[in-house]
Amino acid sequence: MDLYVPILALGLLAAGFAVFSVGVSAFTGPKRYNRARLDSYECGIEPTPQPAGGGRFPVKYFITAMLFIIFDIEIIFLFPFAVAFDVLAWYGVVEMFLFILTVFIAYAYVWRRGGLEWD
Amino acid sequence: MTLPMQPEFTSPVIEYSRLYPLLIVFGVAAVGVLVEAFLPRDRRYLVQVVLAVLGLGGALAGTILVAADLDVAAGDLTARGLVAAEGAVSIDGPTVFIWGVLLALSILSVLLFAERRLEGGITAFAGQAAALPGTEAERQASTRGIEHTEIFPLAMFAVGGMMLFPAANDLLTMFVALEVLSLPLYLLCGLARRRRLISQEAAVKYFLLGAFSSAFFLYGIALVYGYAGTFTLAGIDRAVTDRVGGQNLLLAGMGLMAVGLLFKVSAAPFHAWTPDVYQGAPTAVTAFMASCTKIAAFGALLRVFFVGFGGAQWDWRPMMWIVAIITMVVGSVVALTQTDIKRMLAYSSIAHAGFLLVGFAGVFEGSSGYTGITSLQSILFYLTAYGFATVGAFAIVTMVRDAGGEATHLSRWAGLGKRSPLLAGVFAFFLLAFAGIPMTSGFIGKWSVFSAAWSGGAWPLVVVAVVMSVVAAFFYVRVIVLMFFSDPVGEGPTVAVPSALTGIAVAVTVAATVVLGVVPGPVLDLAQEAGSFVR
Repeated sequence: MDLYVPILALGLLAAGFAVFSVGVSAFTGPKRYNRARLDSYECGIEPTPQPAGGGRFPVKYFITAMLFIIFDIEIIFLFPFAVAFDVLAWYGVVEMFLFILTVFIAYAYVWRRGGLEWD
Repeated sequence: MTLPMQPEFTSPVIEYSRLYPLLIVFGVAAVGVLVEAFLPRDRRYLVQVVLAVLGLGGALAGTILVAADLDVAAGDLTARGLVAAEGAVSIDGPTVFIWGVLLALSILSVLLFAERRLEGGITAFAGQAAALPGTEAERQASTRGIEHTEIFPLAMFAVGGMMLFPAANDLLTMFVALEVLSLPLYLLCGLARRRRLISQEAAVKYFLLGAFSSAFFLYGIALVYGYAGTFTLAGIDRAVTDRVGGQNLLLAGMGLMAVGLLFKVSAAPFHAWTPDVYQGAPTAVTAFMASCTKIAAFGALLRVFFVGFGGAQWDWRPMMWIVAIITMVVGSVVALTQTDIKRMLAYSSIAHAGFLLVGFAGVFEGSSGYTGITSLQSILFYLTAYGFATVGAFAIVTMVRDAGGEATHLSRWAGLGKRSPLLAGVFAFFLLAFAGIPMTSGFIGKWSVFSAAWSGGAWPLVVVAVVMSVVAAFFYVRVIVLMFFSDPVGEGPTVAVPSALTGIAVAVTVAATVVLGVVPGPVLDLAQEAGSFVR
């Protein structure tokens, strides 16, 4: 049980912080609404209108999603490597080099074939 | 508060000196992707073909070198080889045998992929696969003479997956290999230059059903893991032998994994995709799939059931009997009604999967007291014989053409023997090899699996197999009669003269089929020397 005390404490802290920040901003923040504030994503990009009855997404979203997954997976493998790179020694260096190399081959293909051009 | 003791950390070891044939294939595939990215379009074809052939040839040479110095496995008198890459891959006799056959057949398939003369100076693959069939974009792509050279890296990735699949020593590696071999094949199926809708239909069907079967396979792996508590085949074997309890979990897992594997070898009742996909895919891809995928999948099937589930053989043998009988009957009988040459060859490949499954009923592998032919040996030989004849037969199909491309309807083949005796004769020879006529490789193959099953006491299965061989022989002979003894309908198809690439492929496969039929000894010995799986 001792083992879980830090995790539980961290969970409580995180929950407390979330509730606190939302609560404080609700009380103290200014409330000015306009169209941009009411959009789903307040980041400056116009949301793609969804045609009635479902419709087609441009295929470029798919490429973006695929690229995201490729680099996401890369990071997932890089973190454990960063933690254990000292004990893995040269084995880790060689394997991570090969891994990143293959990821970049996919990246180079997408880049050269125009997958990164939005229009 | 104390953390649990960390175990002593040992850095993993990768046996590059044994794994390099596999790495060459994957490496060349990766280089092929870079070629697509950086080379101008008009140079890519030549570079890709040379790369693929050199890569596969290098891997084949490497496989022979690896095979030559496999040591006797520790603690096992019959197996040679080792478990490499921290238990993920076994490099043993059966592995290197399958690698050798796979690589030889892949080289021939790549030659068929690269054939350009039959379509008038362009490959038989779509110019712009993303363009909708029948649109202006597609017409433009074809008038500008664009071709997809990505087919070569895709094929290389598929070959790499096929090499890893039968060599995988744990179930997760096996699943990854299954996906690596399947995904490029789904794409390749949809890339035909002509009859694009049926080709795309084939790709979608193959993809959907393949995804289903992968899910079955994965679910089976999960249940087997629940039973044995490990992914390694040796660990599963220990759990099965010790009967660790929860037999239902084992039976369900074993059954689901069998579904996934039997789908890939296209055994009935999991064969429904085969005729549609074989018909719709570009014929070079069909040749590649029908030979190499079947070899890889049978290798994996053998390893999983002999090494992992060997202790539970009395549970799965009845299932294999039933599947073998259904597969032989469905393949042979339904082939009788086919009117398309590619569909007929697809059903023939289903029937061959059934004959191969008959070989499962024998004594697994070499043991000290047993001198007869083993299941492993007979199936390895049959796969070799079947693979070469299949690539050859589909290569012939690419040459019989009319204005719309390949003339695959059987009625169009009437009277071909009068127009082109050589081509019809070679095709007839392959059909006779499929039928198992003496002096061809098919006869020795059938004889070896049947005698393996007979010595395993499975005589009812052998009787069914012999009857079904006769039924199958009927539809093969029917095509021969059609080619030589009936008159062509109307103009009839033309027999296009291919470039040296297809010529070499046909010559090699004919030679292999003759040699395996007349002097099968060396290859049978090689298959025997493959010995047994390391554990």
